[in-house]
Amino acid sequence: MRSQIEGSQAVAAAVALCRPEVISAYPISPQTHIVEALSDLVRTGRLEPCEYLMVESEFGAMSAAIGASAAGARAYTATASQGILYMAEALYNASGLGLPIVMTVANRAIGSPINIWNDHSDAMSQRDSGWIQLYAASNQEAVDLHIQAFRLAEAVSLPVMVCMDGFVLTHAFEPVDLPTQEQVDAFLPPFEPRQVLDPAAPVTIGAMVGPEAFAEVKVLMHVKQMQALDVIGEIAGEFAQAFGRSSGGLVRQYRSADADTVVVALGSVLGTIEDAVDELRDDGVSVGAVGITCFRPWPLAELRAALDHARRVVVLEKAFAVGLGGIVGQNVRLALEGLPTRVHDVVGGLGGRPITRASVLRLLGDVLEDRLEPGALTFLDLDWGLVQRELERPFGPHAENILRDLAAGLR
Amino acid sequence: MSRQKIKLYQVGSFAVGNRLLDADERTVQARSERSNTLTSGHRACQGCGEALGARYVLDAAMRATGDQVIVANATGCLEVFSTPYPESSWQLPWIHSLFGNAPAVATGIAAALKAKGRTGVRVVGQGGDGGTLDIGFACLSGMFERDDDVLYVCYDNEAYMNTGVQRSSATPPAARTANTKPVGFEPGNVFGQGKNAPLIALAHEIPYVATATVADLHDLEHKVERAMELHGARYLHVLVPCPLGWGAASCDTIRLARLAVETGLFPVFEADHGEVTAVSKIRRQAPVVEYLRPQRRFAHLFGEPGRPDVVERIQAGADRNIRRFGLLADETDEEE
Repeated sequence: MRSQIEGSQAVAAAVALCRPEVISAYPISPQTHIVEALSDLVRTGRLEPCEYLMVESEFGAMSAAIGASAAGARAYTATASQGILYMAEALYNASGLGLPIVMTVANRAIGSPINIWNDHSDAMSQRDSGWIQLYAASNQEAVDLHIQAFRLAEAVSLPVMVCMDGFVLTHAFEPVDLPTQEQVDAFLPPFEPRQVLDPAAPVTIGAMVGPEAFAEVKVLMHVKQMQALDVIGEIAGEFAQAFGRSSGGLVRQYRSADADTVVVALGSVLGTIEDAVDELRDDGVSVGAVGITCFRPWPLAELRAALDHARRVVVLEKAFAVGLGGIVGQNVRLALEGLPTRVHDVVGGLGGRPITRASVLRLLGDVLEDRLEPGALTFLDLDWGLVQRELERPFGPHAENILRDLAAGLR
Repeated sequence: MSRQKIKLYQVGSFAVGNRLLDADERTVQARSERSNTLTSGHRACQGCGEALGARYVLDAAMRATGDQVIVANATGCLEVFSTPYPESSWQLPWIHSLFGNAPAVATGIAAALKAKGRTGVRVVGQGGDGGTLDIGFACLSGMFERDDDVLYVCYDNEAYMNTGVQRSSATPPAARTANTKPVGFEPGNVFGQGKNAPLIALAHEIPYVATATVADLHDLEHKVERAMELHGARYLHVLVPCPLGWGAASCDTIRLARLAVETGLFPVFEADHGEVTAVSKIRRQAPVVEYLRPQRRFAHLFGEPGRPDVVERIQAGADRNIRRFGLLADETDEEE
C-alpha cells in the first residue's frame, strides 16, 4: 500500500512485517522514531510474538540481540553514531559467531565535537567488523532493503546493517509502498538457525580459538561475505519478481553506461547527484552516477564493470579516514586497478552540512575543467579560512574558537 | 530437597556429613545422577574454587529444572579453562560472547525463549567478579531493573585471575595483587574502595539475592534451588577461593571459604525483594588472622614487624559485618 509516511515509520512497519521475535533498543537520535514505532506495535499486540527489550546501552542492545539470535530468534536492533561505537565489540562478536542479526543504522556523525546530524562516519567505522553493509538511497529503498536484509542475513549466517541517512531519510515524509504481510511472508520464510542453544541438543558456542584455527574461522567470514555478493543479487532479483519493483543489489547505475565522468556515492545524496546529472546531461555533458548499495562485501567486479569506461571518477563520500583521506575512494581505486581512470576523492556532508545540487554542480564544474588537483583530497564547501585561523591560534578549545569566529563573521 | 536445620556435622568443619543423611537429603553433588554440567578434563588449576562453584551451581540448577538450563558465560578463567577449542567441558547449552555482556546475552536468550513459548527452559548468566562487578556492571544492573527472567551467578575470587591477578572492585583491602603490590606506605589494596555487589543487587529489589560459598554445599544448592523456583531477576554471589591468586594451598580452598564466613568477612545471607530474610550464623567465630595467614596475598601483614594495625582494620570490617547482618549465633538460635 502506497502512503505518505515518515521514513522511520516506514522502516518500523517493514521490520514488523519481517516478524522479528526479539527487538532490543536503546534510544539515540536519529534512530528513535524507528524503535518508538516498534514499541507501539509490540505493546498493542500488532507485532507478536515479539519481546521488546529496553536495554541500558547499545552494548546491551547488541548483546541481547546476540543472545536472542543464538537461542534461535529473529533479532533486530537499531542505532546510530556513538551508539555503533559503543556496541563495536559486540558487532565483531555477532559476525564472528555468524549470527544473522539485522540492524538499522540511522547514519549520524561521530564526535567530538558532538553532532547529531547526518554523515557516514558511524557505519564506515565498522566497515571491517564482518557485518554486511547496505546503504539506502531513499525511504522506499530503506523499506525494501530491510525485508531483503533478514533474508540475506539468514541465508549466509552473517549480520546485516541497513544504513539510512539520519534525519535526511529517517525524518523525511515520502510516498512509500509498504508491502502486505502475505507478500513478506511469502518472500521471507521463518528463521531456521544453523546453530541454536537448546537443552535438547546442547552445543558450546563461543569457544576460545588459538593460532591453530583462528585464521580459518576469520577467513570463513570473508568467504561468506564474498558468497553474499552472489546471494545479494539473487535476493534482489527475487524481490523484484515478488514485489514488482527493483531494489537492492550491489550497485545502481544512473545514466553512467556511456558517461565520461561518473560520480560514485552512497545513500540519500544520490538523489541530489542524479538531479545534477540530469541538468548536465541536458547541457550535453557526458556525466552519470553510480550508487553503491552494498558497501560490504565490496562489489569490486560490478563496480569495475560500471566504471571501466569512464575517464574521470569522482567519489563523493560523507566520511573520511583522518590522516589519509577517502575511505570509499580507496576502495574504488582498488576496483579500478590498472586502468588509467583519474579518481577524485571528495569529502562532503560532514556533520549534516547539506550537499546541494548547486554544490554538486560546482564540484563537477571543477572536475570537468580539471581544476581539481589529481590525487588531492577535496573537501566540498569547506571554509578553509576558519581552519587556517584556528591553526594559527595557540590556545583554547578548537570547536568553541571556530564557532566564535563564525559568529563574528571572520574568515 | 527441603531445608532443615541439620544437627550432624563433620568434626572440626561443621560441614554436613552426607553419609549421615537420608538419600533424599544429600546434596546434588553426592548423587550418582548429578549431571556434571562442567565435566572433567577442563584446564582449571588444582583446587580452583570457581570450577567447583560453577559445577555445584549448574548441577543444582539442572536438577531443579529437569535439565532445562541454558548458560551465558562472561569471558574469564571459567570460560578459558572450560572451552579451549575444539574441546568443551560443558554438558549443557552454553554461549560465551564477551567479557562485559553476559547478563545482556542472558536477557536476550530469555526473551527468545519467551517469544518462542519455551518458558520451561531457564537461563543462567555467569562470570567472575571482574566481569560482573566491573566491566559487566551496567548490563547486570540493566538486567536487574528490567526484572528479566535470569539467574545471574557471580563467582567471586576477588581479582582478575585470568589476566594475572590484578585488582578488581571485589578485591579486599590490603590484598596483594599484581597492581596493588605490598610496596609504599599503604601496602596492598587500599581501604575504602571497592563495591558490595550483593547489597547493590539488593537495592534493585529484585525477587532474590543470595550469597554463598563453596564451603557450604547444602546452603549453596538450596539457594540455587530456591532461585530456580522463582522468576524474574535473581542474583547469586558465590565466594570461590583462588589458590593461584590468593597464594594459598590447593587443599585449602574449602577451608578458606569457610573461614571467610566464620570471620564475618563474607556474610552469607539471602534476600527477598530487597529484604534480607535469612543469614547463615557463625557457629564458631574465628579471628581474621586465621583467614589471612594462610594466604600469601596478605603475607606482608605478618612477620617482623608486620602490620598489626592493618590486621586490626580488617578485623574491624569483619566485626562491622557481624553487627550489620547479625551473624553471631546466640543461645536462642541454637534452641530453635
